[in-house]
Amino acid sequence: MKVTGKAIKFGDNVDTDVILPGKYLVLIDPKELAKHAMEGLDPTFPEKAKKGVIVVGGKNFGCGSSREQAPIALKYAGVKCVLAGSFARIFFRNAINIGLPVIEHKDISAAVDNGDELTVDFEAGTIQNLSKGKSFPVAKLPPFILEILADGGLIENLRRRLNKK
Amino acid sequence: MNISEKILAKASGKNVVHAGEIADAKVDMIMVHDLTGPLAVEAFKRIGVNHVWDNKKIVIILDHQVPAESVKAAELHKMLRKFAKEQKIRIYDVGKGGICHQVMPEKGHVLPGTVIVGADSHTCTYGAFGAFATGIGSTEAAAVFATGKIWLKVPEAIKVNVTGQFQKYVTPKDLILSIIGKLGADGATYKSVEFAGPAIRAMSIAGRMTLCNMTVEMGAKNGIVEPDEITRKFLEGRTAKALVPFESLKSDADASYEKVVDIDVTDLEPQIACPSSVDNVKPASEVGNVQVEQAFIGSCTNGRIEDLRLAAQILKGKMVKEGVRTLVIPASQEVYSQALKEGLIEIFTDAGAMVCGSTCGPCLGGHIGLLASGETCVSTSNRNFIGRMGSTEANVYLASPATVAASAVTGRITDPRELEASKA
Repeated sequence: MKVTGKAIKFGDNVDTDVILPGKYLVLIDPKELAKHAMEGLDPTFPEKAKKGVIVVGGKNFGCGSSREQAPIALKYAGVKCVLAGSFARIFFRNAINIGLPVIEHKDISAAVDNGDELTVDFEAGTIQNLSKGKSFPVAKLPPFILEILADGGLIENLRRRLNKK
Repeated sequence: MNISEKILAKASGKNVVHAGEIADAKVDMIMVHDLTGPLAVEAFKRIGVNHVWDNKKIVIILDHQVPAESVKAAELHKMLRKFAKEQKIRIYDVGKGGICHQVMPEKGHVLPGTVIVGADSHTCTYGAFGAFATGIGSTEAAAVFATGKIWLKVPEAIKVNVTGQFQKYVTPKDLILSIIGKLGADGATYKSVEFAGPAIRAMSIAGRMTLCNMTVEMGAKNGIVEPDEITRKFLEGRTAKALVPFESLKSDADASYEKVVDIDVTDLEPQIACPSSVDNVKPASEVGNVQVEQAFIGSCTNGRIEDLRLAAQILKGKMVKEGVRTLVIPASQEVYSQALKEGLIEIFTDAGAMVCGSTCGPCLGGHIGLLASGETCVSTSNRNFIGRMGSTEANVYLASPATVAASAVTGRITDPRELEASKA
């Protein structure tokens, strides 16, 4: 599994209220949610993300509420992957469960500038910054998480596994 | 092992577990609410199993957008009622419950030694009863509906040892804000935070709930307090189930902790979390002149009867300042009813505050009491993020019920002891 896209950077402690404000939680359609992705920090984000981007955050990305609508909004806005110095735990699990890859690397924010072209290879465990001609290793995602991502999320994974029995 | 490790070991059928290990834990109880439940139900239907694993271990609570403030919310509520009926799941509807984290223990769904997951980040509140409780997302909740199990990495633990006695008008809320200020918004990420020491043993269930509730604001997986007689007294009459012996829920003397933090509350002052991060904490005396347009007393953090009593003590016989919209929202129907019996509701209405039915309300800016641009709210809730209570250009300051009540009277953020001193 590999993704490529331009980086859009954010700072530390990006919380789920700025990723998807509470007033939109009554929306169910992922495409509707996507229109409000990152509204608390940059209302033009959905327009920028359309072509497929990689979000790069600082530490504690996704802190706050357990709302799964936050990673869903990012995914459907066009985010292919989120890289961050560290993640809040519920966001981390939610992202994987809905099929949005997330990778933690403590120095990622310093190694990437806004607009850099990145390629992330989940199986090999590498992030390549094509704009800077640099590559660095990251921890590989464990096989069961790669399996969930390859299936497109936890539900699809569970459906496949339960029906196999 | 510490208490969290003991609970996870038992739930995963092992004698011993250690931090870092993955525990495949059996879930004793799961809760979803009206904003996370609909996604969970949709996801559950996609799995392709007909029935939930155990309908006695699932609770649905309508609390975030109640009573329905829009047709969209009404449709979500309708969907959850239908699912509850089909699967014979307990649902606490409008007027029958209140805020999920208050209703769960009140109705006997939280027992010491159990593993509880909830599709809400503040599920960690139940650690106040010696349960291992943590927040999850909707999809994961659907998976638990189907399987009754969840994988959890056994967390490293931080022990917070609390000694001393609180001064008048200084509360557990001030303690937890001060701890978050010290450790930071990611100071306990993935970790367990265990509260211990004489000041915790002397603390009410309400206070312990406030502490555990806000552990997620420093990233914790769970907050926890060893159960004791105070726990037993709260649970009496609320559950028919036999309780596990509390001796089995004590951390061993040689239990390992990543860090031990010692705090003496004797000199603790009222604390304020300033915009727009929960770890931006200062003593009330140092925030300067901050005028407020709204004061909110309520939420799963501070909407309990003890919180309302404290606010009423300050508001009794006074009027809130002209221009300060003051909202009081009891955390549950039970709390509301008790506040009525004690005459607290009258004190609030006489003071010019508006009392609303039990709901999460303004805390998450979804329903009632939203802020306009440039406005400031002092709130007993748990988050002050940008846009949390409405406009992205509004400011939220977090404080205790005593501080919020005092600030409602003066119209600016006020140390409650200052109001007391001016009265003398």
